[in-house]
Amino acid sequence: MSPTHPIQVSINGKTIEKRVEPRLLLADFIRHEAGLTGTHVGCEHGVCGACTILFDGKPVRSCIMLAVQANGHDITTVEGLAVSEDKLHPIQNAFWEAHGLQCGFCTPGILMTLVPFLQENKNPSEAEAREAISGNLCRCTGYQHIVDATLLAAKKLREAES
Amino acid sequence: MKPAPFEYHAPTTLEAALELKAEHGDDGKPLAGGQSLIPAMNFRVAQPSLLIDLNHVPELRHISKPNGAVHIGSMTLQSTAERDPLVAEHAPLLHEAIPNIAHPQIRNRGTIGGSLAHADPASELPVVALALGARFRAQSKAGERWIEAKDFFAGLFATTLQPDELLVEIAFPTKMARTGYCFTEVARRHGDYAMAGLAAVVTLGADDKVSEARLVYLNVGDGPLDAANAASSLAGEAPNAAAFKEAGRIASQEDMSPYGNIHATPEYQRHLSAVLTERALHTATERAKAAHA
Ligand SMILES: Cc1cc2nc3c(=O)[nH]c(=O)nc-3n(C[C@H](O)[C@H](O)[C@H](O)COP(=O)(O)OP(=O)(O)OC[C@H]3O[C@@H](n4cnc5c(N)ncnc54)[C@H](O)[C@@H]3O)c2cc1C
Ligand code: FES
Ligand code: FES
Repeated sequence: MSPTHPIQVSINGKTIEKRVEPRLLLADFIRHEAGLTGTHVGCEHGVCGACTILFDGKPVRSCIMLAVQANGHDITTVEGLAVSEDKLHPIQNAFWEAHGLQCGFCTPGILMTLVPFLQENKNPSEAEAREAISGNLCRCTGYQHIVDATLLAAKKLREAES
Repeated sequence: MKPAPFEYHAPTTLEAALELKAEHGDDGKPLAGGQSLIPAMNFRVAQPSLLIDLNHVPELRHISKPNGAVHIGSMTLQSTAERDPLVAEHAPLLHEAIPNIAHPQIRNRGTIGGSLAHADPASELPVVALALGARFRAQSKAGERWIEAKDFFAGLFATTLQPDELLVEIAFPTKMARTGYCFTEVARRHGDYAMAGLAAVVTLGADDKVSEARLVYLNVGDGPLDAANAASSLAGEAPNAAAFKEAGRIASQEDMSPYGNIHATPEYQRHLSAVLTERALHTATERAKAAHA
């Protein structure tokens, strides 16, 4: 084992301090050290998008970052989206209503991709919605329902604002 | 899979990073965005014994336009350059190419310098750098030197950077008068590595004929492929569809010999390159006409 490094990371507003081996991937830190298993690991080489999280507010792949690199940074995972146990985020509601998921394996990564996308683009076209999720693979839905859910989420967010 | 064990250093100054590079040479691997290096480490294709994380070296992240070139610090994020007004205004080819690199999630970590130092023949940035005649500033403990794009790329995933050197900055020449630029590619899905693509640069003379052209292709050789014969076939021609078609033919049949890959046979890569050449030349020429002195 190589020497460990102390890190302090804020995840969903909660500060976590641990010592980590440099080779620990951020996705594994989130799942195994922080116990937040909503962040999924599919391919471990940046292709599938299942492990997408917000790093200082921006979507990134947590499987191709090291946990030591998160020292001093702010992370949001899918667990940080819902307001409470029984009150989902509008994007989560939209996925529920529009059947934007089947097995749900890809869903956390897709949600974490869409949160910042829909902040920037409040009224995306279908083509823009498709491009936004082009970095996330889903093996179940055939994408049509994910696109529908994305457009519904945009509508819900616009309504919530006005 | 997971990376093999390694030692991790995160220097906070360029001086300290160069010190580590001097001490460890090729064993000390720079970690930029990690978007190519960490997947390779996860697969254990790469097993560096020591990583030098450059993410804490602020002097490597900057964009400026001192004179005649847009200077970009090697650690500048691809997503930062993508949105930068100096890049959009003065380096339109770079601005057009960046959104073709992977997905936003990757560009939020991936760096301009990391992509160039990685020298993947399928990558967009080496093509842009060669088409524009960009210059690369390499630094070591001993000093610094500037490397021309044509001397920087040295084949598959190889550059002429020395074991004790870091790429610190790239200078992309600013747009020229009466010159049009176009980057275009075809990928199976937006964000995937392209099956074929090119950067075209066309300069028109006072007589509205092509005075100079440059055509550089991705993913059809060991590095960015400069189709010199195709480009020189255009010189002195009045821009027209037949000349563009002929340039596409020369580029795809004579200048390149693609290997093909799981998504495209060599023949298909040639076909795509020829079609894209015509389109890119058309667009670049229209843009050149609109680009007044
Ligand atoms: C799913 C996926 C899709 C992708 N699609 C594309 C694509 O379509 N087009 C494309 O171009 N790229 C693509 N990439 C790669 C991406 O653009 C990378 O960000 C880029 O190739 C490497 O940049 P980096 O900053 O992440 O470098 P790293 O991965 O950190 O480093 C890459 C290499 O360069 C060396 N290096 C880095 N910085 C320096 C320096 N300053 N001096 C000396 N050596 C240095 C490293 O040691 C390493 O060997 C994709 C990546 C993924 C995961
Ligand atoms: S697990 Fe990270 S992108 Fe697939
Ligand atoms: S819902 Fe099963 S992978 Fe997307």
